[in-house]
Amino acid sequence: MKRFGLLGWILVAVLSMGAAADPSERLADPAMEARAKALFPQIRCMVCQNESIDDSQADLAADLRKIVREEVAAGRSDTEVRTYLVQRYGEYVMLKPAFTLTNGALWVTPFAIVFLGLIAFFGRRRAWLAQGQETALTPEEQALLTKLRASESE
Amino acid sequence: MIVEIGAFCLILSLVLSAAQVSLSVIGRVRRSAVFYGAGEGAAGAAFLMVLIAFTALMYAFVTSDFSVANVAANSHSAKPMLYKVAGVWGSHEGSMLLWCLALTGFGAIVALMARGLPAAMKSVVVASQGSLGVLFLAYTVFASNPFVRLLRPPVEGRSLNPLLQDPALAFHPPFLYGGYVGFSIVFSFAIAALVEGRVDAAWARWVRPWSLAAWSLLTVGITLGAFWAYYELGWGGWWFWDPVENASFMPWLIGTALLHSAVVTEKRGSLPGWTVFLALGAFTFSMLGAFLVRSGVLTSVHAFAVDPKRGILLLTILGIAAGTGFGLFAWRAPKLAPGGLFAPISREGALVINNLVLSAATVTVLLGTLYPLIKEALTGQSLSVGTPYFNLTFAPLMGLAFLVLPVGPLLSWKRADALGALQRLWATAGVAVAVALLVLWVQKPIHVAAAVGMGLGVWLILGVFVEIAERIHLGRASPAEVRRRLGGLPRGAWGMSMAHAGLGIFALGACFETAWKIEAAQALSINQSITVGAYQVQLSDVVAANGPNYIAERGLVTVTKNAKLVCEAKPERRFYPANSQTTSEVALCLEGLDDVYLVMGERRAGNQDQPAWLVRAYWNPLARLIFLGPLLMALGGAVSLSDRRLRFAAPRRAADTGAVPVPAE
Repeated sequence: MKRFGLLGWILVAVLSMGAAADPSERLADPAMEARAKALFPQIRCMVCQNESIDDSQADLAADLRKIVREEVAAGRSDTEVRTYLVQRYGEYVMLKPAFTLTNGALWVTPFAIVFLGLIAFFGRRRAWLAQGQETALTPEEQALLTKLRASESE
Repeated sequence: MIVEIGAFCLILSLVLSAAQVSLSVIGRVRRSAVFYGAGEGAAGAAFLMVLIAFTALMYAFVTSDFSVANVAANSHSAKPMLYKVAGVWGSHEGSMLLWCLALTGFGAIVALMARGLPAAMKSVVVASQGSLGVLFLAYTVFASNPFVRLLRPPVEGRSLNPLLQDPALAFHPPFLYGGYVGFSIVFSFAIAALVEGRVDAAWARWVRPWSLAAWSLLTVGITLGAFWAYYELGWGGWWFWDPVENASFMPWLIGTALLHSAVVTEKRGSLPGWTVFLALGAFTFSMLGAFLVRSGVLTSVHAFAVDPKRGILLLTILGIAAGTGFGLFAWRAPKLAPGGLFAPISREGALVINNLVLSAATVTVLLGTLYPLIKEALTGQSLSVGTPYFNLTFAPLMGLAFLVLPVGPLLSWKRADALGALQRLWATAGVAVAVALLVLWVQKPIHVAAAVGMGLGVWLILGVFVEIAERIHLGRASPAEVRRRLGGLPRGAWGMSMAHAGLGIFALGACFETAWKIEAAQALSINQSITVGAYQVQLSDVVAANGPNYIAERGLVTVTKNAKLVCEAKPERRFYPANSQTTSEVALCLEGLDDVYLVMGERRAGNQDQPAWLVRAYWNPLARLIFLGPLLMALGGAVSLSDRRLRFAAPRRAADTGAVPVPAE
């Protein structure tokens, strides 16, 4: 019974995901429509000002949605659809830059900064420990302290 | 005539700013009170002149004087009064004038109202602020003058972009510019610190209220912008990692880092160089934003008045100002006293981690924004860096910051007991993990990142309560003592708690809404309906609804839940003839913290020759929190600002009454 409930939820979710698109564009098969819909936010509407084809109401976005749906309906995998789009329109069409060597700086820098920063920060521990030893009292200070304590206890 | 007075006053303000710089510098060199005073007077006068110029431009907009090129290009006689006024800052030229107004205004406040600041340091602040004024006023006068007249004035103006004719956007730029330019004062204080070679608690105490004020204004500005995008662009998105949004977000991130590092400098005298660096950085990012938005090097949803020639000029200004600042930093910062040492596990340590993550996050946003340009310049290939990139880089970094955040305020200064702090938080951690697991179990489809984000949001909010309970010794002291401590909590502490809770509230809303919003779209004839989530959306009627400068079709939409009426919404589809542009006016049904978001689309042929309209309906759960959270953060900033220990003359007044000044939180 519980499993059935879960299935029901998934079905509702899949249906509602497919439902957002303009009904005149939608694919008949809900599973395929859901896959196409999941691809849209990753693809740039190239004539728009920085919008994905999921968001845009421009004609080109509608054309690209049609192409993606056709490719999905023709049984291509997500990767194949992406490769096809990149071949046809260039890397610019994908909103997520590829994990390639030339894009290494883009992907690695954020984490490298935190990583190196943490190393440098915990490296300061040494300075802290060294300082801890330096701040030991000098004999004169020790004598003064003893004298003060003695005068206080009187 | 009034327009000419405005143009004249604008030029006069440039001259006065130049006088402000030279008088203050002479005053500093000769240590002469007369010259100090003259420089400060010039700062006040420069502001007055920009104010007159600004009022003159507003007059031209309000009276629809189309002989002024700027008014003809951005206004229309039929436009509602609010948007005529807001049209002043709706264009490139007008918004630069607003920028100059804020720049000279803040400069005048410091020059005329900041008493108790050491005279030498103050003169350097006034001189630096004047130099920024000279740069930006010269740019406005020579390259972007809003008072240029047309030889043949048109009968009617070209009107403001209809998307911008919106209340949230009318008030968005003044807040945003207040924030951007508020950091200019912090920048000038950093210059003064480097020139005088002095960064101490007193300096940090002067910098903090200004960073708080700028940060709060910027927070409100960004939130208004996001809210505008949410309901005006018509698909329910509120953040697009768009270059213009990033341009406003980078100064905010650096400003947030600055707020925290300034606390360390004020309380412990540590990190003086780093605090000065961030103080320079915040305004540098503001200027970078101005350049990115106006130069047209990047395309954007929000791009306006793009002009490459002006871009080069703005880049030059950025180079001069930031180059001077950071050059001075490289030269003088090594001479700053290093300040007290602290153990890695300490309040300072937690704040350093905060600064590290915020800096890395800023670099991420900067890299994501500029990488397409860099790559195109180097290889000739263009690529896009969009939301998926930021979800994979920025979001985990913030997750790390959220993880550390509630621990920080529980640690003591200099050297802390991490185990003790964690012991006080174990119950909070338990609840947060439970919430994350519950979300993971209940919400379908499964979305792990969003569930983690919800858990972190709960962790932040409960962490705030633990921190307050700790401060008032809840459960450790007698009820009377607890009450006394609660009443005695400084406003700075409340402000911090509100800001941190606001961040948690935002995280809850943002994660939930993004992962589990439900959408539906259908071409509906009259009295047909669609289902979205638990709601029935019925198109009851469509009527004509014409405004002063548009014609529109208005849908009357009835939203019900379990056959009970939730609301009657009126989404519109508007056509603005002056711009021949169509926009959709979204209708929002507020259901507790959720929104039912309705958009009227185009008319289509329906069944049986009945007309139908494409209706899009979205159920955006917890969407309210996305905007309430940041507003609570800004309110926290304002509450902190009202702490009497941070007021301008506070140290002096405390000395007068013989009270011992307590460091602000």
